[in-house]
Amino acid sequence: MKSFKLDWLLLPLIGFGVVLVVWAISSNTWATNLPSPAKTWESSREYVLSPFAKRGEMDQGILRFTWYSLILVAQGYGLALLVGTPIGFCLGLSKTFTKIFDPIIQILRPVSPLAWLPLGLVLFMNAGKEAGTYGALFTIAICAMWPTVLNTAVGVRAVPQDFLNVGRVLKLSRWKTLTKILIPATLPYMFTGFRLSLGIAWLAIVAAEMLTGRPGAGGFLWQEYNALIYEHIILSIITIGLVGFALDRLMSLLERRFKSI
Amino acid sequence: MASFLDISQLGKTFPTPKGPLTVVRDFNLQIRKGEFIALIGHSGCGKSTVLSMVAGLADLSEGGIVLSGKEVTGAGPDRGVVFQAPCLLPWLSVLENVLLGVDQAYYTASRTERRQIAEYYLTLVGLADAMDRRPADLSQGMRQRCGIARAFALHPKMLLLDEPFGMLDALTKMELQDVLLDLWQHDQKTALMVTHDVDEALYLADRVVCMTDGPEATVGEILEVKFPRPRSRKQLLEDPEYYRLRAHLITFLEERSHFRPVRPAPHSSPPATPPGSIPQVPRSSFQRLLSAFNPA
Repeated sequence: MKSFKLDWLLLPLIGFGVVLVVWAISSNTWATNLPSPAKTWESSREYVLSPFAKRGEMDQGILRFTWYSLILVAQGYGLALLVGTPIGFCLGLSKTFTKIFDPIIQILRPVSPLAWLPLGLVLFMNAGKEAGTYGALFTIAICAMWPTVLNTAVGVRAVPQDFLNVGRVLKLSRWKTLTKILIPATLPYMFTGFRLSLGIAWLAIVAAEMLTGRPGAGGFLWQEYNALIYEHIILSIITIGLVGFALDRLMSLLERRFKSI
Repeated sequence: MASFLDISQLGKTFPTPKGPLTVVRDFNLQIRKGEFIALIGHSGCGKSTVLSMVAGLADLSEGGIVLSGKEVTGAGPDRGVVFQAPCLLPWLSVLENVLLGVDQAYYTASRTERRQIAEYYLTLVGLADAMDRRPADLSQGMRQRCGIARAFALHPKMLLLDEPFGMLDALTKMELQDVLLDLWQHDQKTALMVTHDVDEALYLADRVVCMTDGPEATVGEILEVKFPRPRSRKQLLEDPEYYRLRAHLITFLEERSHFRPVRPAPHSSPPATPPGSIPQVPRSSFQRLLSAFNPA
């Protein structure tokens, strides 16, 4: 298709327009419980226009909720990287390690956050009030870990033999081989893993908040469903989507910086 | 004279789906201290395999390698290796790449001293102005200069060069051969270089070791190259002996490298064949004119 001036702006706007029209028609015809776009905006305005307001535990501006979610994600995601990266290196470096742990990883990898969360709550039941937080962290970490683990392992296996030979000829210590050769050579793969992991961590947070009832973008969604304020479900979905998109963009920027080295 | 590097009965066998394949067998070679040896042969004949075994990057299947009285069991900074691809780490600057080795070889020296050593060798190879640049910003020739500096800066007992100039254009190649020769003379290093370039071998080496074709490749013959040092290309091109040796090497590679010698090659062979029996090659008219006035 021929490109024209402002096509980068106009074409996506057409996409949004189509969705809005379908949404409006649906709410007027077959899905009468679905709030119309106008009604959604009317009801959400307060949350969007004063995004950091705090009127009560479960009645706060949308960005304030998002902020809570982001903090929890950051913690769980950090945990996932801290645990996942070394596991990835071990998998990439040792065939025996791979033979021992690869099957269990392949089995645990497809398990959904919704399945992990109850187990997390059980694990940290003794923590009392904090059980929900720990359970959520556990869920985020264990779900978000796998892309980092697998990509790091692939990256380590893909380090060119030439670089390793340089290390052998210079008789670098294990530590120096790791820091001067293995980690820099694996970095681009690691970052791909990190980006995918962040996406999953953000997916998991919503599930975790819904089930634990914590304040946050996901918790707000579930609460408003129970309170029959369906407009806010849509507001939450849009927010979650936008934030996820922004996080992914941010990570690809970082990734590109590291790959350019 | 006691040899500095002693390769005896060296053999390498690779397992393949069709059973073991012996690439190199009964390879014997002794190198004196300070000698420059060129190892020449058809590609795939196993010359690089021999070199990586000396470097300690590949295991020996048979035989042994002794470097200045010590058996070679693994890789180490006492042998500086120049790879065909320079193998610089792309995330380090030129200086850092050289420093990586210097830090290993001179771990007792101070930081400043180590930096000075690295800078010194980089200056010698002509990279004084490019020390802080990354390999990606350099030409292929400059990268290989850095590779050479890295190998020399280790202050190794021996230099191993695996077709170091194979990927360069003819002019850059000549430049770098001179850089290498200068450094080699300056540091009095023992060097073993794999090449398939006859001219390069004759210009650089004291002895040219010709390998027979694989499998079961071995030393076919050893040619003494007795041009006075320091050498210059011009002086070589004016020497009829150069053309005789050249023709001899090419004849070997074209015709005789396919035959395995009946018995393992002698450890240090005399000048291969009497000069009279070496076939003449067509030379440039300038050369013919020259030898007419000055019969060698």
